[in-house]
Amino acid sequence: MSEYIAPVRDMQFVLKELAGLEEIARLPGCEEATPDLADAVLEEAAKFAEGVLSPLNIPGDQEGARWHDKAVTMPKGFKDAYKLFAESGWTALQCEPEWGGQGLPKVLGAAVTEMWKSANHAFSLCPLLTTGAIEALVLSGSDKLKQTYLEKMVSGVWTGTMNLTEPNAGSDLAAVRTRAEPQPDGSYRIFGQKIFITYGDHDMADNIVHLVLARTPTAPEGVKGISLFVVPKFMVNDDGSLGARNDAWCVSIEHKLGIHASPTAVMAFGDHGGAVGYLVGEENRGLEYMFIMMNAARFGVGLEGVAVCERAYQRARDYARDRIQGTDIGVRGGPKVPIIAHPDVRRMLMSMKAQAEASRALAYVVAAAHDTAIHHPDPEARKQNQAFVDLMIPVVKGWSTEIGIEVASTGVQVHGGMGFIEETGAAQHLRDSRISAIYEGTTGIQANDLIGRKMAREGGATLKAVIARMRAVEAELGAQAGEDFAAIRRRFGAGIDALARAGEWIVATYGQDVRAASAGAVPFLRLFGTVAGGWQMARAALVAQGRIAAGDTDPFYRAKIVTTRFYADHLLTQADGLASTVIEGAAGVMALAEDMF
Amino acid sequence: MKILVPVKRVVDYNVKVRVKADGTGVDIANVKMSMNPFDEIAVEEAVRLKEAGIVSEVIAVSAGVAGCQETLRTAMAIGADRGILVETDAELQPLAVAKLLKALCDREQPQAVICGKQAIDDDANQTGQMLAALLGWPQATFASKVVLAAGQATVTREVDGGLETLALPLPAVITTDLRLNEPRYATLPNIMKAKKKPLDTVKPADLGVDVAPRLKTLKVSEPPKRQAGVKVADVADLVAKLKNEAKVI
Repeated sequence: MSEYIAPVRDMQFVLKELAGLEEIARLPGCEEATPDLADAVLEEAAKFAEGVLSPLNIPGDQEGARWHDKAVTMPKGFKDAYKLFAESGWTALQCEPEWGGQGLPKVLGAAVTEMWKSANHAFSLCPLLTTGAIEALVLSGSDKLKQTYLEKMVSGVWTGTMNLTEPNAGSDLAAVRTRAEPQPDGSYRIFGQKIFITYGDHDMADNIVHLVLARTPTAPEGVKGISLFVVPKFMVNDDGSLGARNDAWCVSIEHKLGIHASPTAVMAFGDHGGAVGYLVGEENRGLEYMFIMMNAARFGVGLEGVAVCERAYQRARDYARDRIQGTDIGVRGGPKVPIIAHPDVRRMLMSMKAQAEASRALAYVVAAAHDTAIHHPDPEARKQNQAFVDLMIPVVKGWSTEIGIEVASTGVQVHGGMGFIEETGAAQHLRDSRISAIYEGTTGIQANDLIGRKMAREGGATLKAVIARMRAVEAELGAQAGEDFAAIRRRFGAGIDALARAGEWIVATYGQDVRAASAGAVPFLRLFGTVAGGWQMARAALVAQGRIAAGDTDPFYRAKIVTTRFYADHLLTQADGLASTVIEGAAGVMALAEDMF
Repeated sequence: MKILVPVKRVVDYNVKVRVKADGTGVDIANVKMSMNPFDEIAVEEAVRLKEAGIVSEVIAVSAGVAGCQETLRTAMAIGADRGILVETDAELQPLAVAKLLKALCDREQPQAVICGKQAIDDDANQTGQMLAALLGWPQATFASKVVLAAGQATVTREVDGGLETLALPLPAVITTDLRLNEPRYATLPNIMKAKKKPLDTVKPADLGVDVAPRLKTLKVSEPPKRQAGVKVADVADLVAKLKNEAKVI
């Protein structure tokens, strides 16, 4: 059985060489995050992920969260693990020091979060949602709300949820029907049903702080009439102690394809007189507040793609090393060999490894830009970095989670028939990975966000700036000798051409024929992710080459160049085809009348 | 009461070690290094004694290359108060380490040294015992339970026949076995605090210790590959093989 070992070496490499951790640590407010602290944090987080969370992954899947009497019981071991997780301070890593957080940068948080997600996807969702709820309260909550809730949430004593979806309001939140009735004391009574509420109920924490979207009686129709409310599971007394049970109940949980240990709740608010809720910020601005934290949550879900690539890769690699089958290809009567010797198995493992490393590098680079966008003293630098983050979040979310599913599927394939048997654990990665491309906005939603809000609205300016940065790396590749770098440069150059071609078409078409642009949105997102991953791999290969030239014999660097070459020849080659699909594919998408389906 | 805890930086227990091609040793270049697990148990025990109010200060000590600083930071993240690194690139054998530790004991005057019973790299199981001899202190090795009180330690130790309990006057040297405790996971606030705790670096010469190896490593080689098993025809065949080939009965 394959044990999860956090890829600390590659994480350190990406943090220091690609994401610029040292520069981040020089920004005001980030001084704590020196490389040696980052090393210590990664080491200890790795121990926790490997020793506490990973061993609960398969049992958690098998047992699942259970619902009875309007409450959820977590699988065995989860409660203790969560307690230890919170006591160890991991919930507070990125939170503001004002509320008991450690204030460490997002780029370090990204690496640590990847570990939680690799080790135990279902577990990791509880702190992910809590972090989202904390961000919403920090940004928009009143002082009273902050004082009542934040410290307990940052320390992990209480957890948080996001209550958006209703049976008829999924991707289209304009259809939210949950009601909020103002009370004389300034609070509200909430009535309605929410579905798909991750960790809507559980037994790991004393209280759960639900953030709920609802409409006040005077609210206008549509997205401009939605407000955000805090609805605690237990009321909080003035001294901070817990009071009466609020009228917010988990009335069932879903039976799902994956993440069985993560309870997905149907929440009933106000079935017994009304759930007490408190307005966050101003009325009718709820969606705006939600979207602020949604960006963070989307990035977090993007890390799930990275995490499953890594986890599925490790499991497949370990199996391929152990499983003896057949002789070396072309050798008759020779000794039986482990399947890792077979070229097609090797190809699969390389594609898994290459995509894990590429998606990790891209995600951490985006996280670092986010830190810069928050902390850089120069407003222009903040603005540019924020534009880059806004552009790239749908790519990190959409691309990483889609390739995560594919890599998990390849992991099953490496196992052969045993991959289809639950016992190996490979199937669980595939099942668990499937949700990541759906929740927090499906890939289609991400792609529409990318081409519309993030590109067309600004005439593709930030995309052009990104392409210019890619061209600079392409030029650097040209200065390197050897066949590997020649191939990487050729493929990467063609990838940039394809991205530029398709990007220009999208920006030009969006205003005239939005349906055509939208038909190509997902292939464009795929193209963007593929080339952006290649961009980061190319940068990694250049750093590796520099180290080798300086006499470093660490085989890690040679492996990085080989992996980049593989990425160039096997993945960047798809870019041109994707560009053609984007530009010429719309006709085939929309031509068939609805009644012909 | 002050306690000194020596910690060794070793190849991580997850790493499959490789013998160098020239047979001079194990290849540790670019290999993940961690604190010797028995030493982690020693740090944990000392920190628990501190948390119980019995011990006032826990000093972690390491000897070796500059990278041992990381190991000391790990000890401080668990809860050691400060660290001392005896920095040297020389090969360190148990006797040299025991001498360095003795010099530090002379300087720091701890009431006890708690160390791992052995390191998982060379499995020597010598340093604690040598240190006790050099200091002229009593020793209790392979501890599975430690009780410290004024002037006395009561140590339960794992021996072949079961458990043996010793009472020994302080100062003393105690070496830890696997079942003494389960080391905690360092908390994030403590990892961050560890960075700010004092870490002194000295050289062996500052302590007046000659660390030159007394033993010479002749050759390091892989253990022999396990042979395939054989099927035996019957019990008589099995007994014969056990008697004549394996020579175990």
